[in-house]
Amino acid sequence: MSIIELKDVSIRYKVGDFKAIGLKDYVIRKIKKDYHVQEFWADRHITFSLEKGDMLGIIGTNGAGKSTLLKAISGIMKPTEGRVRCQGNVAALLELGSGFDGELTVRENTYLRGAMLGYTRSFMNDRYDEIIAFAELMEFQDHPFRQLSSGMKSRLAFAIASFVNPSILILDEVLSVGDGAFRRRSEKKMMEIIRGGATTLLVSHSLEQVRALCSKVLWLHKGEQLAFGENVNDICGRYQDFLDRR
Amino acid sequence: MLEKYKKHQFLFEELVKRDFKKKYKRTVLGMGWSILSPLAMLLVMRLVFTHFFGRTMPHYTTYLFCGNLVYAYFSESATQGMTSLLGNAAIFTKVNVPKYLFLLSKNCQTLINFGLTLAVFFIFCLLDRIAFTWKFVFLLYPVALLMLFNIGMGLVLSALFVFFRDIQYLWSIFSQLLMYMSAIFYSIESFSPAVQYAFLLNPVYLFIRYFRKIVIEAAVPSLAFHLLMAFDAAAVLLLGCWMYRKYNTEFLYYV
Repeated sequence: MSIIELKDVSIRYKVGDFKAIGLKDYVIRKIKKDYHVQEFWADRHITFSLEKGDMLGIIGTNGAGKSTLLKAISGIMKPTEGRVRCQGNVAALLELGSGFDGELTVRENTYLRGAMLGYTRSFMNDRYDEIIAFAELMEFQDHPFRQLSSGMKSRLAFAIASFVNPSILILDEVLSVGDGAFRRRSEKKMMEIIRGGATTLLVSHSLEQVRALCSKVLWLHKGEQLAFGENVNDICGRYQDFLDRR
Repeated sequence: MLEKYKKHQFLFEELVKRDFKKKYKRTVLGMGWSILSPLAMLLVMRLVFTHFFGRTMPHYTTYLFCGNLVYAYFSESATQGMTSLLGNAAIFTKVNVPKYLFLLSKNCQTLINFGLTLAVFFIFCLLDRIAFTWKFVFLLYPVALLMLFNIGMGLVLSALFVFFRDIQYLWSIFSQLLMYMSAIFYSIESFSPAVQYAFLLNPVYLFIRYFRKIVIEAAVPSLAFHLLMAFDAAAVLLLGCWMYRKYNTEFLYYV
């Protein structure tokens, strides 16, 4: 029984005039027949399945549909066609830095983010000190969040997220956080979670990382599934060639 | 349902706390302003309408306060609720959480404000020599329905606001109109019966009327009146829920 199963998943994305136009504009454009919405397929016919403990690397150039696919798996988006089936709880760490509130203090933001990730209050009370220590923000706990440097912000984001205990873990470019020392510690922490038995999906632009960590790899290009399989080195090699030729 | 509530309870509490802190953190008066502002409004209206327009209705202050009390709660919930979804776009595009939590959190805040103003209202009733009868218990009915009505209105407006940003301006015009149509400072008795019936189409007026009936006239409105209010609240709430359900995964295209 596979943990994640995607069957012929296609996701249509909408772009066009509709964004941030008002009701007045909308009505007038409808009347003048000047209202255009383009729809395009961000992902087309994606099919794969993952077993418990698998680590999938998703590679592809910008606009390949990687993030959209992850959003469908985490339940934020619904596939237009096809079916996504996940077994167990999903923790999606997408663009960690955003979603914090600059007005609130570091402490308040930590609790809020913990709540968003589905932790309980007692869990947060127990682990709060550990999280702050891991993020090395002991002396900033009661500062407004906006006063932190961007490196500190992502360190905190990672530290809170690193206590997740999901059966499915989704990582969108989060393994490259902070400076060298922190990066080593965060990678180590991530590996602990992954070794804990989580099935992991990882989007990464670092082929080196994918080769080192992943047991399966999925190559997307403009929404199409070019390759999927356990022959990680082979697919990464072909992708590297593809990049070099461009 | 209960399980779902349990699961998101912590997040909901944190959202309420956040909205509270953001609203009152850097103001000297803090929550005091929430009481002072409707009082100031009341004072202005009272001054204008008794001294310049010569209204001489018995218990006119209480009459005015009933209108202000209900309308302020409604209007605050609607305008604050409107931005609740879009304002949290950074969260719901990254984490799979129920989107109505953001609105409910805002509504918690306006409900607390309403509670405070209501307490002041009862003090004013005392000063205005209103007789407190057992019928005051009936006030729970309009309060509960108004809560639901406001949540429904917030759901509708916050969903619309994601799609059409100018709803904000259109709404501020509409709510002005609504205020003048809600007989906050005048009585509808001078109108023809047909016009008087037309006022029943305005849900906000119904809530105000209910309050006045109980507080000033010490009378309980008819069963039909109760049903009409329940219908309005249910209709708006269902519309809001339907919109959230239908557009649940559409919102993120528009932010």
